[in-house]
Amino acid sequence: MKLPGRALALSVWAGLMLACVWVIAQTHFVADLSAFLPKAPTARQQMLVDQLRDGAIARLVIIGIEGGNAAERARLSLALAEELRANPAFSAVQNGAAETQDKDRKYFFDNRYLLSPVVDAEHFSDSGLRQSIGNSIAALSGDAGLILKAILPRDPTGETLRILEQFSGESQPRSQAGAWASSDGKRALILAQIRDSGLNTDAQAAAIEAIRAAFERIPERDAATRLVMSGTSVLSVSSRNTIETEVSRLAVASIILVVCLLLLVYRSFRLLGLGLLPVASGAAAGIAAVSLVFGHVHGLTLGFGTTLIGEAVDYSIYLFVQRAGGNNPDGFWRTIRLGVLTSIAGFAALLWSSFPGLAQLGLYSISGLVAAALVTRYVLPQLMSADMAVRDLTRPARILDSLIDRATGLRWLIYLLIAAAAIVLLRAGDIWNRQLSALSPVSAAEQQLDTELRSDLGGTNLRYMASFTASDEQSALVYAERVGSVLRELSTQQIIGGFNSPAFVLPSSAAQRARQAALPAGPEARARLAGAVAGMPIKAERLDGFIGDLEAARTRPLLGRADVKGSSAEALLDSLLIKREHDYLVLMPLRAPDGAHDEEIDLRRVDAALAAAGLDAVAAIDLLEETTSIFDSYLREALILSGLGCLAILVMLLLALRSLSRALRITLPLAGAVLCVTAVLVASGTQLTILHLIGLLLVVALGTNYALFFDSGAQPETRGDVRQMLVSLLVANLATVASFGVLGFSKVPILAAIGTTVGPGALLALAFSAILARAHDHAHAR
Amino acid sequence: MPDRLLSRTLVVLVLVLLSPLASAGSWGVNDLMQLLAQQKSGRATFTEKKTLSILDRPLESSGELAFTAPDRLEKRTLKPKPETLLLEGDRLTIDQAEKRRISLSLQDHPEVSAFVDSIRATLAGDRAALEKFYTVELSGSADKWQLVLVPSQSRMLAVISRIRIAGAQATVRTIEFEQADGDRSEMTITSVAK
Repeated sequence: MKLPGRALALSVWAGLMLACVWVIAQTHFVADLSAFLPKAPTARQQMLVDQLRDGAIARLVIIGIEGGNAAERARLSLALAEELRANPAFSAVQNGAAETQDKDRKYFFDNRYLLSPVVDAEHFSDSGLRQSIGNSIAALSGDAGLILKAILPRDPTGETLRILEQFSGESQPRSQAGAWASSDGKRALILAQIRDSGLNTDAQAAAIEAIRAAFERIPERDAATRLVMSGTSVLSVSSRNTIETEVSRLAVASIILVVCLLLLVYRSFRLLGLGLLPVASGAAAGIAAVSLVFGHVHGLTLGFGTTLIGEAVDYSIYLFVQRAGGNNPDGFWRTIRLGVLTSIAGFAALLWSSFPGLAQLGLYSISGLVAAALVTRYVLPQLMSADMAVRDLTRPARILDSLIDRATGLRWLIYLLIAAAAIVLLRAGDIWNRQLSALSPVSAAEQQLDTELRSDLGGTNLRYMASFTASDEQSALVYAERVGSVLRELSTQQIIGGFNSPAFVLPSSAAQRARQAALPAGPEARARLAGAVAGMPIKAERLDGFIGDLEAARTRPLLGRADVKGSSAEALLDSLLIKREHDYLVLMPLRAPDGAHDEEIDLRRVDAALAAAGLDAVAAIDLLEETTSIFDSYLREALILSGLGCLAILVMLLLALRSLSRALRITLPLAGAVLCVTAVLVASGTQLTILHLIGLLLVVALGTNYALFFDSGAQPETRGDVRQMLVSLLVANLATVASFGVLGFSKVPILAAIGTTVGPGALLALAFSAILARAHDHAHAR
Repeated sequence: MPDRLLSRTLVVLVLVLLSPLASAGSWGVNDLMQLLAQQKSGRATFTEKKTLSILDRPLESSGELAFTAPDRLEKRTLKPKPETLLLEGDRLTIDQAEKRRISLSLQDHPEVSAFVDSIRATLAGDRAALEKFYTVELSGSADKWQLVLVPSQSRMLAVISRIRIAGAQATVRTIEFEQADGDRSEMTITSVAK
C-alpha cells in the first residue's frame, strides 16, 4: 500500500526538482539598479529611469592617476586616454589634451557661422554689421584686446565668442603639464564615457577592467603611480561585487551554523541530509518561480536565499523532533499548514509592490516556503525509516519546560517591555530613512573618493535636467532649439543660471540652412561691409578673410555628427543627445542662477514657461527629488502592503481558529516582539529602511509558526509531547537566529538590516509566545 | 671681559647697519624693489593707448587702478566700456557689463599670468615673482628709472616681446607692452593718493 504512494511522491518531487534546475540553468541573474527602479513608472519617473540608464551620470567613469610627479602623471594620462579613445567600449574620453583643445578651437572657429545662435538676416544687414563690428572694436580696448585682435580680421562680428559664451559657467578642471589635474595638483584626471547603458553592469564592469588593464600596460610606468576610479558605473560594479561575495559568504556561513546545530541535536547525518532537503527544494523552487515570472533573478533576491534556510529548515525540525506530533499527527499537520498559510498571506502582499526587488522577494519566499512545506509533508515521511529517530531529548526538554514555567512569573515584565517600546516609538517621530543611499552597499571610503573626484572635476551639478525623447536626430535637435529659446529667456530672467543643449554644438539642419540663407553672398557682403565700417578705425580691406569665410560658410555642406569627432563637442553630444534602440533621448542640464539658495531652481516656473510655449513633450525634473520620491513611495507602499499582510494573517487565523480571543492570543506576542525590536533599533539610532520593514514582516511570518504551536487547540495531549514540541521550537528558533544573525554582520546595509531585525525578533517572538501562552494555560488550569 | 664682548657686538651691529650704504653708489634692482615694497597700497587713474596694426588709429581707454600689498590688484576700466579686472592671489576675475563673470586660476593659465603678474609683481616689489617669467634689466636712477622685462619662456615670447615699466622713486608712471607682432599698448598712471 505504501510503496506506490512513496514512488509517486518521490517521482513527482524529483521531476519538479529537475524542472526547477532546468529553469535555473537558463536563468539570467542580474545585479544592477533595476531592482530599485519602479515597475510601472510615471512619466517623470521614466525620465529618471532614462537618466540612470542612458544619462551621462550613469555612464561616466572619473579616472584619477595618483603618485609619481606631475609630468609622469600627465604622460600616463595622455597615454591612457589615447588607448581608451581607440576602444569602442568608450564613447568619449576627455583629459584636456592639447590635441582636443586644438580640435575644439578649430571646430567652433571654422563653423562659427553655422553654430552662432545670433546669425540671421538682421545680423548681417548694414546696421547689424555696424553694431557688431563696433562692439568687437570696442572690446579690443579692454583687457582681452590683445588676444581678441587675433581673430578680429576673420571674425569681426564676434561669433566665436558668442558660441563660447553659451558654455560659460561650466568650469573645467585645471591643467597641469598638458593634462587635466585635480585642484590640489596631486592627481591627473580623465573623464571616460562608457558607450553601453548604465544598467548593463556586465558591460560597465568590462569597461572598467579595460581601463585598469590599459593603465597597467603603459610602458615604463613609474611604479609609484596608481589608478583610482569612481563614478556611478564604478560604484554599481563594486556594489555588485560586494553583494555577490557577501551573499555567497553569508550563505556558506549560515549553512555551516545550521548544519552544526542540527548535527548537535540529531547526531545523525541521515537526518541532517533529510532536514536540508526541504531547504534545497525550497530555494530551487523559489529561484525557478522568480525566473519564470520576472524573466530574471536579481542578486539581492538570492541574498535572501539565506533567509529561507532559517525558515524552511523549521518544518523538518518540527517533523523530526515532534515525531510528527506523536499521538496527534492530524493536529500537527494542521498547525504546520496554518503556519505556512499565514506566512504566505504575509508575503503575498509584497507581490503587489511596484518595487521590483520586493515583488521578487515576495514570490521567492512564497514559492520557497510552499515547496519546503510540501517536501516536508509528502517526501520526508517517505524517506524516513521507522527506526530513524532523533536521539532522546527528554532531559533538555524537561529543563526547558521548567524554565518556561518559572518565566511565566515574568510576564508582567513582557507587558512592561511592550509598553516601553510603544512609548519609545510614539515619541520617536519619523523613524524612516527615505534616502535610496541608505540601501547602497557603497563603502564610506568609496563614497569619499567619489566626492573627491567629482569636486576635482569642478562639480558640474547635474541635479536639474530638462529632458525629452524624439523619433530621430533632426527632430530631437529642432525640439532642443525650441526648448533652448525658452530656456534662454528664463536665463535672462535669472530663473535659471544657464543650460546646455546638444544644439549648441550641432544645430539642426533646418537651423544651419536658415543661417546659411542669412549670410550675404560675396559682392553683397563686400558692399554691406564697406558701408558698415565707414567712419570706423578699420578699413574694409583688412577684413577680406571675413568675406572669404562668409562665402565658404554659405555654400559648405551642413555639419553632422562626423564633424565633431575628437573634440569635446563629441563628448557633449554623446551625453546630451543619446541614440537609443527606438528613439533619441535629449538631456538639457539646467544650472541654478548665481547666488540661488542651496543652488536650487524653481522648477514650477521652468515648467510653466515651457508649457506656455506649447512644449509639452519636455519635462524639467529635479533628479534628487525624483529619486527621493520614488523611494518614499516604495516605503509608503511597503508600509501599506505589510499592514495588509498582517491583516491577512489575522483574517487567516480567525478563519482557521474561529475564535477571536485565540487569534489575538497568537498575535499579541508577535506584535510585542515587533514593537520591541523596532524600539531597540530606533533607540540605538538606526533609521529604519524598507528592508527593516521586510525583516519585521519575516518576524511575524516566522513567529506565527511558533505561536500556533502554543495555541490551546494545537497543544499535544501528553506532557511528553508538549516538551518535545518545546525542544523543536527552540531548535527551529536557534536555526533561524543563527542564519539571520549572520546576515546582521554583513557590510551590505540591506542584508544587515534584515539580520538585525529578524534575529532578535524571532528570539523575542518565541520567548513571548511561550511565556504568554503558558501563563494563559496556568490561568486556565486554576 | 663683559666690556669686551659688548664692544664686539657693537662693531658687528654697526657693520650690519652700514652695509646698505656701502652699495649706495650703484642703483640696483634690489633697491628699486625695496622701495616699491614699502608702498603698501595705492590708488591711481590710468589711461591706456593701444596701437594695433589692424586699426587705423589707436584705441584709448581709461579708468582706475588700485593696489593693496601683497597681491591684490584691481583695474577698473570706465571708458569706453566698463570692465573690471580683479587679481587676487591666484584668482583672476573679469566682470564685463551684461556678461557672465569670468574667473580663472593663474596657475592654469601661465600666459595670462605673465601679463598681469608683470604689473602686480612690480608694484609689490616682488623680484622673485618677476624673475619667474622675465629677465629683468634696470636702468636710470632712483628718480627716473626704467625696468625692462623680457619673457624668458618661448611660449610667452611668441605673444609679448618686451614690457617697459618706468617711474620715479616708488611711483610707477608708465607701463608699456610690446607685442611680438609690433602692436603696442601704453599705460600712463597718475597717482591719486598715497
